[in-house]
Formats: sequence, C-alpha cells, structure tokens
Amino acid sequence: MNQQPNYTEHHPRWYRTRVSTYWWLEKPAYFLFILRELSSVFVAWFVVFLLMLVAAVTGGAESYRQFLAWAARPGVVALNVVSLLFVLLHTITWFNLAPQAMAVRFRGKRVPGIWIAGSNYAAWVIVSGVVLWLIVQ
Amino acid sequence: MPDRISLQVLRYRPEQEAEPTVQEFEVPCHKDWVVLDGLNYIKDRLDGSLTYRWSCRMGICGSCGMTVNGEPKLTCATFLSEYAPGPVQVAPLRNFPIIRDLVIEMGDFMRKLPEVKPWIIRKEEKPLAEGEYLQTPEQLDDYKQFSMCINCMLCYAACPVVGLDSHFLGPAAIALAQRYNLDSRDQGAAERLEVLSQHEGIWGCTFVGECTKVCPKNVDPAGAIQRYKLKATIEWLKSFFMPRGAR
Repeated sequence: MNQQPNYTEHHPRWYRTRVSTYWWLEKPAYFLFILRELSSVFVAWFVVFLLMLVAAVTGGAESYRQFLAWAARPGVVALNVVSLLFVLLHTITWFNLAPQAMAVRFRGKRVPGIWIAGSNYAAWVIVSGVVLWLIVQ
Repeated sequence: MPDRISLQVLRYRPEQEAEPTVQEFEVPCHKDWVVLDGLNYIKDRLDGSLTYRWSCRMGICGSCGMTVNGEPKLTCATFLSEYAPGPVQVAPLRNFPIIRDLVIEMGDFMRKLPEVKPWIIRKEEKPLAEGEYLQTPEQLDDYKQFSMCINCMLCYAACPVVGLDSHFLGPAAIALAQRYNLDSRDQGAAERLEVLSQHEGIWGCTFVGECTKVCPKNVDPAGAIQRYKLKATIEWLKSFFMPRGAR
C-alpha cells in the first residue's frame, strides 16, 4: 500500500477532446456570456466619448459645435446605437447576476435576490432621472 | 409516448479504436425509466461490454454524471420520456479525458479538491469533555447550500474555463472551500485564502454561470466564487491599508 499509484496526466490510451476555438457558439448561454464580455469594450467607448464631449465643452463654443457635427455623422451615430444596445445588455445581465454575488443578511435572514437586483434597477432609474433632469434644465 | 427509444451512446474502446464512435441501441421507454435504466438495459441485455459508472440511483453518490443531448446530467435523475421520441445522445462528461466508453478520468478533480482543504480546521481542538461545537440554525444556514455538493463534476463539464485552462481549481472545489470558510466551527479561512486567491483560483472564473445551472443539488458554485472574490478583495484592501493588529 505504500507504493505510489502510477497516475499520469499523459496516459497514451485516454482520449482527450480538444476544446474548439468556437466553443462559445455551442450553447446560447455561452454566446450570451461572450456578448456580455464584449460589452465591456462598448462601455469603455462610452467613457471615451464622454471624455471627448467634456474636452470639447472646455475647448469653447467652436470646438463644441465641431464635436456635435462629428457626433451627428451616420457612422458615429450607428456606433453609438450599437454601443447603447451593448451597454444595456451589460447593465441588465450584471444586475441580474448581482444577487448571486451578494449574500445580504437583514435581521438574521437572507435578503431575497429580487430585492438586491431590484435595488440596482431602482438606483439605475433614479440616477437616469437625475441626469435627464440636469440635461432638460 | 413511444414504447421504445433510441440511445446513441458514445463508445471508446482504446484497444480497438483511436477515436470514440457512436453506437445506437433501442431500449424500452417506460414512463419511470431514467437514462441510467436505459444504459443498464443495454448492459444486461444487449451489450455487456458497455462501461459506465453508477451506484446509488438516487442523486446522492454523484457517480453517473454524463452528457445527455449535450447537457451535463445525472443520468439517474434524467427521464428518458423527457427526450421522447428520441434519439437520446449519451456521452461522457466534457473537459475530462475518456478512459473507456462513458467513464472519465477524474484524477484532475481529485488532485484539486484537497488543495482547498475541504475539512474543518481548528487552531486548537477543545477537549471532548467540553462537548460538541454548537451551531444556531442561522449559522447552519450560512453554509448549508454549499454542503450539498456530491462531487458529481457536472459543473466541471459545464464550465468553459475548466476546458480551456487545466490549472483552474474549478467550481466544486471553490464552493466546497466556501462551505468550510462559512462554517462557524472552522478557523481555516486564512489557510485557504492563499490557494483560492491565486489566478487559478477564484480569479480564473469569468462568471459564465453554467456551473450553477447544471448543478443537480442547487449548490450555486458561481455564487460561491463571486462572493469569495468580494471577500478576497476586501481582505487585500485591509492588508494594504490597515495595520496588522486591526485586521
């Protein structure tokens, strides 16, 4: 019994399946996951776009006008529409996953997941409302 | 419901063939028959050489995990009638080497599991005379979900990261580490932190979430990993900003 069992990771007779490069097309859930990961690129693009807007505003009226003209180009509008869809996907999928990552207890009892996701959505609506109010004012 | 159903079973006989092949069998499709009953019928009546693991037939032993129509399933808890009129494809669990037919090589999982020390660690055991370690229902509730794991490895078969990175500890091992970390009797969280907070530990996980979906015992390994990421980050921040005594 003292003898070490002769295990090997490279047993010649074991059959190993290689993971396909396109494994993420095998299941709708995997594909949605890849889209969610990709969405972070578009989140970054929105940050860059916002920084460009801030730079244009601080540059004076002329640079702001030029920025608006550039932003109204069909290519930029199309990019921003696609980005908006990805950012919505990013937000919704992560909010729905939040209850899994957070185990919140209140008076000794676990807070139901719907309350955690719901509070994220509520915060989203409130912040969006405040931003809208600021723009309209 | 048809009275017979076709099972397309993946066969791999290393002494005969270099690659797995599919063999089709017709089995009775009784209302109360699960996929494992179909495999047992084949083994008893049609081809005694078919090789697969099973034991309890009641979702406790975790031996009969296989890929049924592309999804990791416990074959003792997957009814044939769900797939009527068929055919039903039965293959070994993904992300593991195949030894023979439906039997996978689980050494990788068995090596990873003890790395997270899935047992109660005490700095000092109290004397027997002082009695047992008591726990409130709330303390039990903290870890009970994670203690339901039966090591069936369905989560390893569902996780693309396990397939792509053989060093990743994997869902069940991390969920079991959390099971002991959250146990009020345990004092080993610091010992497990080192293994879990490596790149191949929790940070390898990208939260695909399939491990939780396929788990037959509702363990939620994905949840365990994300909660541990939060905890590891807080511990790291503490070690960065707080003096040793205050941690």
